[in-house]
Amino acid sequence: MRNKLMMAAGLGLAMIAAPAFAQEEVAAAEAVGGGTAYILNTLLFLIGGFLVMWMAAGFAMLEAGLVRSKNVSMQCLKNIALYSIAGIMFWFIGYSIAYPGFEGGFFGIADFPYAMQGVGEADTETGYSVASDWFFQMVFCATTASIVSGTLAERIKIWPFLIFTVILTGFIYPVVVSWEWGAGWLDAMGFSDFAGSTLVHSTGGWAALAGAIILGPRLGRYVGGKVNVFPGSNIPLATLGTFILWLGWFGFNGASQLAMGTVGDVSDVSKIFVNTNMAACAGVVTAVILTQILYKKIDVTMALNGALAGLVSITAEPLTPSVPMALLIGAIGGVIVVFAVPMLDKMKIDDVVGAIPVHLLAGIWGTLAVPLTNGDVPFVAQLTGVIATGVFVTIVSGIIWFILKAVMGLRPSEEIEMGGMDHAEVGVEAYPEFVNA
Amino acid sequence: MKLVLAIIKPFKLDDVREALSSLGVAGMTVSEVKGFGRQKGQTEIYRGAEYSTNMVPKIKIEVVCDDDLASRVVEAIQQSANSGAIGDGKIFVIDVGQAVRIRTGETGDTAL
Repeated sequence: MRNKLMMAAGLGLAMIAAPAFAQEEVAAAEAVGGGTAYILNTLLFLIGGFLVMWMAAGFAMLEAGLVRSKNVSMQCLKNIALYSIAGIMFWFIGYSIAYPGFEGGFFGIADFPYAMQGVGEADTETGYSVASDWFFQMVFCATTASIVSGTLAERIKIWPFLIFTVILTGFIYPVVVSWEWGAGWLDAMGFSDFAGSTLVHSTGGWAALAGAIILGPRLGRYVGGKVNVFPGSNIPLATLGTFILWLGWFGFNGASQLAMGTVGDVSDVSKIFVNTNMAACAGVVTAVILTQILYKKIDVTMALNGALAGLVSITAEPLTPSVPMALLIGAIGGVIVVFAVPMLDKMKIDDVVGAIPVHLLAGIWGTLAVPLTNGDVPFVAQLTGVIATGVFVTIVSGIIWFILKAVMGLRPSEEIEMGGMDHAEVGVEAYPEFVNA
Repeated sequence: MKLVLAIIKPFKLDDVREALSSLGVAGMTVSEVKGFGRQKGQTEIYRGAEYSTNMVPKIKIEVVCDDDLASRVVEAIQQSANSGAIGDGKIFVIDVGQAVRIRTGETGDTAL
């Protein structure tokens, strides 16, 4: 999402200017009137919003497919719970921290909980329904939380995970968002993150990385210098999850244009769709070719991760790249995944679904790549944004994880972990008709 | 009476079933099993890490028949489950002390 204040101002200008100077600019000339623009902008938020909401299903299926069958119910529970917590927290306080109404600040907070709007109320000055905006912002917040659950799967107790989700969605994510989309200090120095390679994906990735290090690997995963493989239980589910995420990404990136009231905006949304799609395609093809060369077989889970890495890579700037550039940006995302997954294993960081390569590393790459196609963005600002987000999220997440570890413990007993979280914490097995290994 | 117990490759089940049916075998029990023998496992790659699947999926067939039929059953399984490759499986023949049809209480060969 671009800076909201800028966008609202630009939109207001376009609406006022359109009737008077119709011949001056094609886009402005084709702009619709205030009421219609309000409707179209709101529609973009709503459609984009429910597409991004559906990404929660994508994450749930991807994770359900990549964990062992004894932890599938738990993963499903975590995903629907974290989505719901994100919604409540982002209404209660998250949005007010993310959009405090400051300029160039580090931390601020507006009135909370978010006031929303009355029945039939419409403020055409803003250019969109405030409820549609809130909804669109909220589902992004939920996406950040989804990233963490995949990395920490199969070995974290449900309650510390949910408490961390409360803090991530109510504080950590909103603070990072306020720096850029909330017109904070990163925005002031020219940092650009169109739909959230850093703000959403890297934030989730850093929180996941801190969690994975503090939590430790799954029992028996790294023994005597050897990586023991725990193959995923359901590749069709993981594939469906990836396709759902890919679909949702058109809302994620496309609707982050934030406006659909002019022909220029609608054309840009369309170009974003194309670039988003192409980057994912390139991520998959790259992962397919690389795993074939490296391992003599194509690893389907890497191909799935390749799609997501391509999508994350293009998210920081899905508008300005040409198609070849979008392909290149996505392809490098695919390269990152294929090499980073085994590298994390060497470091004994157990990332069950590959969320750290996909969301954190590809997110960093996408953010740093913005100046390649967008000349207005200084590289220094991008680098600063990446580092600042990393430092802030890692430190705060690390502190929270340590406190949770000390107060309530993060991991179940060895016996429970070996028997599976489904049996011990959920009480419902995902596949009760099969023997779980 | 004999119990013919065969471990075969899963994709050979249909061939074996057909061969036994044509012999007049009236029933069989089939289970999905895992195990290893000389075939051992094979090495696979998952997300960049090598692992060996040391238990190979197989099908276990159990057929109880009278003594006369047993040798032909063994022969039929040996031929129909044979792919010529390592891991085709094994056949065991075990003496059976008694058989009872639960519905009627019939015993011995008539229960089969």
